[in-house]
Order: sequence, then structure tokens, then C-alpha cells
Amino acid sequence: MTSIADLLADHPLFEGLPPGSNELIAGCGRNAHFATGEYLLSADASADEFFVLRRGHVAIEVDTPRRGPLVVATLGEGEVLGVSWMLPPYRWTFDARAVEPTSAIALDASCLRAKCDDDPALGYELFKRFAGLVRNRLQAARLQLVDLYGNDAS
Amino acid sequence: MTQPGACVLTREGLGSMVDAFRADGRTVIGPAVRDGVIVHDEISSIEDLPAGWTEEAEAGSYRLEPTGTDELFAFSSPSQSWKRFLYPERTLLIRASRGASGMAITQPEPDVPSLVFLGIRPCDLAALDVLDRVFDDPAATDPTYTARRADLVTVAVACGHPGNTCFCASMDTGPSPRGGYDLALTELGWDGPTEYLVDVNTERGAEVMERIEHRQATAADRAAAEEVHRNATARMGRHLDGSHPPQAAKAPDHPRWDDVADRCLACGNCTMVCPTCFCSTTVDSTDLPGGEAELWRVWDSCFTQDFSYLHGGSVRSSIKARYRQWLLHKLVTWHDQFDTSGCVGCGRCITWCPVGIDLTEEIRAIAESPPTARREEPT
Amino acid sequence: MVPVAYRVERRREELPDTVTLWLRPTAQALPTPTPGQFNMLWAFGVGEVPISLAGVDGDVLAHTVRRVGQVTEALCALAEGDEVGVRGPYGAGWDLPRAAGRDVLVVAGGLGLVPLRPLIHDVLAGRHRFGSVALCIGARSPSELLYTEEVSRWADEMDVTIAVDTAPPSWKGRVGVVTKLIASAGIDPTLTTAFVCGPEVMMRFAARAALDRGVPPSEVFVSLERNMACAIGHCGHCQLGPHFVCKDGPVLAWDRVAPQLAVRAR
Repeated sequence: MTSIADLLADHPLFEGLPPGSNELIAGCGRNAHFATGEYLLSADASADEFFVLRRGHVAIEVDTPRRGPLVVATLGEGEVLGVSWMLPPYRWTFDARAVEPTSAIALDASCLRAKCDDDPALGYELFKRFAGLVRNRLQAARLQLVDLYGNDAS
Repeated sequence: MTQPGACVLTREGLGSMVDAFRADGRTVIGPAVRDGVIVHDEISSIEDLPAGWTEEAEAGSYRLEPTGTDELFAFSSPSQSWKRFLYPERTLLIRASRGASGMAITQPEPDVPSLVFLGIRPCDLAALDVLDRVFDDPAATDPTYTARRADLVTVAVACGHPGNTCFCASMDTGPSPRGGYDLALTELGWDGPTEYLVDVNTERGAEVMERIEHRQATAADRAAAEEVHRNATARMGRHLDGSHPPQAAKAPDHPRWDDVADRCLACGNCTMVCPTCFCSTTVDSTDLPGGEAELWRVWDSCFTQDFSYLHGGSVRSSIKARYRQWLLHKLVTWHDQFDTSGCVGCGRCITWCPVGIDLTEEIRAIAESPPTARREEPT
Repeated sequence: MVPVAYRVERRREELPDTVTLWLRPTAQALPTPTPGQFNMLWAFGVGEVPISLAGVDGDVLAHTVRRVGQVTEALCALAEGDEVGVRGPYGAGWDLPRAAGRDVLVVAGGLGLVPLRPLIHDVLAGRHRFGSVALCIGARSPSELLYTEEVSRWADEMDVTIAVDTAPPSWKGRVGVVTKLIASAGIDPTLTTAFVCGPEVMMRFAARAALDRGVPPSEVFVSLERNMACAIGHCGHCQLGPHFVCKDGPVLAWDRVAPQLAVRAR
């Protein structure tokens, strides 16, 4: 069976870290499985655990009183779910629901934060990689804001 | 068939030339004074030509002044170009009817009067060559333009009196004609009775000359014409440096574009008087019951907001973008499209701009100052 | 320049504001257009607009039209049996032959799927001539997706992914920008030819995403939209820098148009 450290080593977010780093990070991880319709994250809940998706498909949602839940983005295999664990107040902003059976590596947020504090070089490297992820999400969100396919975007 | 300076016409001889063209059933178009300006209009005899008139042109101003001479061609660029006689302001493209048996669409026969352009200036002659490249493209010909153009006779007149807004010498289109004419005249003798040294360039030109009285040119006639050409070049009021347009094209965000946009009214006058501006749009019309419809082509201007309209808005919604499009098309991308400049140096866009914008000055300002002029140095 | 009469043989509402018309010549047929080319459609007494080819079957032309102005309003209002003036075909279409032996990436945003539809038909007709084929479709919401039944049939022979900006929870597809689909499309970028159509902003980002993956700029083709009034380079309306979009385009290689598209309010 492939260890969590090996799985992480193959992931673009964790590949090429200094030797031993993935084992260190894997110490905060566990395998998690979600059935269709099960929630991985809930808005306003404490950001204790985030996910590296291995299989499946997750919808990030905002619940609205009249229109019901609206899906604002979806994440799939190889993507990382959850960035609010990185900074106070460590609380999720959106709901995340499994659209199909989904497997993930769940990483304990306070465990990983503590390891980053103990090893600032590793922490800086990890935060740089997460900053890239946040940049991509921000760019995508801005493009969605533009209404790319509408008449006015021509 | 080129016979430069072959012969000389008297003023009466020139009159006979007009008569000869008219006897052939041709419509002679030439310069004439109307409402205080020189325009191009039908000429019935040389009496219609603007004898003794010249113009004082400057950026945004134009006044006729008497010359005190008998010269017929003492002016520079008449207020409008010749393009409207080959490419009319309105052209009917199709006529259609709709009834029980369906839709029937027909193309009207082009209206093709036999034309003579008498007194066309070298800059405007060069403009015809520019328009030929647009409308006489073998891949897509314009039936009205090509038919009128094929039958056209051009009697050019070398420009002896370039105006303050002229810069044909910079564009290498004048002040003496560079080719593309049937006959070219140089007006001689402003201090006495005028005569016309004639260059014969085509069979068609030679055929006309055979029918009218003329004498052989002398060395003195040719020397006098040379002097007219030399003096004219020296009197050019404006200059456009050929290295400037490509430099300006590299500075689409230069602050000067904002500056000219603040002055430009986007009225489109420059595009209407320009001898090469060719843009058009289409207009539909129907009769009241809706059974008959026509589609017309009408002149358009890239200065209108609608010109670049795409559903949802205009691509060039600011005057800055529209002025930049006009100027850089005229002076830069025209070369990519038609292998020539779109500007022939006639100066009309300068004269007839209501706020006196001068393209030679704008292009120089953009090319000669760095586009990053607004950036402040760190202190 | 003279339109010929075509009769509306079939009409289908694609979306509340979008209609497909199948047009058959009443007499002489025009030359057969190739994918990516366009025709000028003339609504009797209302006006003429450029409309890209949505499909071709013998003499029958398919055009999908969105109601965005007076003329398209009149075209969308045509009923089966009505007549419309057609002239064309015009412009340079998709250069599909150059993609033979290569992977193909097709990116469509909104109504941009229309001119890509006949291209996809040609890809399917010679499917063995191409390597991997990925079709990435972006739309505002699931209810604004075009040709949905056909798209699901295409998915049997190519990798089709769809992303919408927002969706109700019942939507099983992706939510996000179309550029994200490009990043994960199953193609070998250096051996790929990309065909992109959609609103200009979307094409800029889509082309950039394709380049970021390593598709060469000369292998990325976009189809530009401008307000052609004549379609033969005479009216001047469709100019983009040195290009007349009507005759040099509408399909142009990215390396030829990128400098112009980078100019604000070009």
C-alpha cells in the first residue's frame, strides 16, 4: 500500500521539498473517504483539517436563502481543498460537498501549522506554494466576475 | 507613349480641349468657385474655372483671395477631393421585392458617366492610385468604381501654388505629377497670357491632343515649367517625416493621444475631405407596405461611435482610440494592407478640421518625445 | 455582393435568445463554405449581418443566431418557409488539415461553439487522422449551453469537458473558468493545434492558458468577431491593426493578432 508520504511526493504542491519534508507533513495526514452528497467543509466551521483530493469531485458552494445552494467552483483529482486553515481566524468560508464518491488525504491544520512554525524554511516554502494556489484561484474568480461569455465581454 | 513637355496649348487651346471632351459625350469635372470655396463640379467651358483665385489655407481656416493674375490653377487643394465622382456618397447596392412567389433580389446596373477630371492635382492623382488598390482589387472589385475608373480621362495640372497645409513633397506625390495621368499640364506665364505645357502620357491623351490646336514646345517653355516645379517644392507649408509614423505606432499609450483626443470633436470632417478615406456602411429602406426594399451603401467615418459597434458596445469607445485608429491606419497599417501610404499630403484634413488639428504635428509630437514622459524619476 | 434567396427549411430554438436556422437555396446555391467561414445574412428591409457557419449538409446551410440587435432580432423571428438573403462564403476558416497527425484542442466560450461545430463535424468525419482530441466548453450557466445533445454524442469520440461560471447543485459538471479545463486537457501540448472561439476576453485568456501549457503560438487559432458591413475589405469596419478581419480572418493565428489585442481599445 502506498504511504501518505509517497502520495504527497507525487503531488505538485509537495514535490521537490527538502528530503524528509513529506514524511514530516504526512505525520499530520490521514486517508479520508466521502460518499456523494457528504460535506467535506462547512462554512463558518473551524478550519481544522484540509484536503488533498485523490479521486472524485467536490463542489464549493454558497448557501443562499432564496435560490438555495449555488456552486461557485468545483475541484477534482489532484487539487487542494481549503486555504483558510493557513491564517487566523482559521474558519471556512464556503461549504464543500462531494459530487461523487471522493477520496482525499486529510491534513491536520494545527499539526501542520506547528511544523511550519518549528521549521520556518519549510514553512516559507509551503506558504509560497500555497500563495501560487491562491493566486490561481483569485485569477479564476476574477475571470468569473468578468462574465467572460456574455455579450458585454466581447 | 510618354512625351514629356511635348507641346504647348494656349488658353484657347485648353478651351477647345474642354469642348472636344464634351463633344465626345463626356462630363468634364473641374475646379470651380461655389459659395466662397473652390469645389469640383461639372465644367461646361473654361470660363467656369476659378480664374484669378487662390486660397489662404491654414489649420482650421480657408479663405479665397484674388491673385490679380489670369491663372486658372493658382490654388492648391480644392475643398473636396475627387473620390465622390468615382465612389459616390450613396450607392444603391440591391433592390428587392417580396411577394407570394418569394423574394426577388436584383443588382442595379452601375451608373457610369464618362468622366474627365480636368485640373486634378498630383496629390489627388496619387489618391486615385490608392483607391484603385482598395476598390479595384481583383479578388473583390467594386462595380461602380471600376467601371467609372476604367473610362476616366485625367488631365492633371502640376501644382504651382502649394498651400500652407500642403505636404505632397514629403509624401512623394507632388507637386508635379508622378504618373497615372493621360495628360499633364503646367500653367505658364502668370505675368501675361497663360499657356500650358503638356506632357502626353497615354494614347487616349495623344488622341485628344491631335484634335486641338497646339504648338511644339521650346526649350524655354520647358525651362519655365521646371522653374514652376522647383518653386512649388520650396513653398510646401507642411512636412511629414517618414520615420515618424512607425515610431508613433509603437507608442499606443503615449500621453499625446489623450491630448489630441481632448481637442478632437470626432466630427469626421477629416475623413469626408480625405481623398483616400474609403469606409462605408449600409442602410436599408423599405416602402410603406414593406413589399419593396433597397440596400444602400453610404460613406461612413471611423470617428463615429457606431463604427466599431459590436453587440454590447463599441470596440473604440473613446475619441482617443478612434483618432489613433484613423491616424495609424492612414500612415502605418495602410502600408501593410495596400503597400502604400494612405496619406498623399493634400492637407485637407488640416484645413478643414474645425479645431485645427494638424496630423503632421501630432505624429511628430508622438514620435519625437518618449512615450514614458509621464514617468517620474525616483528622488 | 448580391445576396441570393434561401428558404428557412427548419428552425430550432437553442436558447431563449438563440435560434438555429437551416437554409436551403431557392434557386442557385452559393459555393459550399468551410468551417470557420461566414455568410452575410440579409433580413429583408432590415439589414445585413455577418453570421458564422454552424453546419453544412449538401446545399443546406445551418446558422445559429443570437438576438442582440435589430437585424438578428429579425433573423431570429424568421419562421419555416420564410426567405432570407445570403451572400458568401467569406473569410479564412479553420485550417484543420494542418492538425493532421497532431493532437487537437478545441476551446469554445458561450456562442463561440457555433463556428467550431462544423470543425468538430470534420474532426469526427476523419477522427483517425488526429491524435487526442479535447473539447473544452465554457458557459455562464448550464442553461446557456448550446447543442447539448450533440455535445454528449461527441463525448464518445473525444474528451469533452464543460465548465460553467455558476450552477445549481444538480449540475454534475465543472464550475470554474474554461482556462482551468485547458490546464488539465489530455493533450501533448507541443504536438497540439488549438482552435479557440468565444468573446475576445475569453480567447485572450484561453490562448494564454494554451501557451502556458506549451502549445506554440503559431498553432493557436482564434476566430475574431467584428462588425463587417461588406465582408470583402471595402467598408473598413472590421479592421484590427493591419488585418481586415473579414478577409484576412476571421480565423487568425495567435502570433499574428496578439500584438493588436494587447493594445487597449485597439
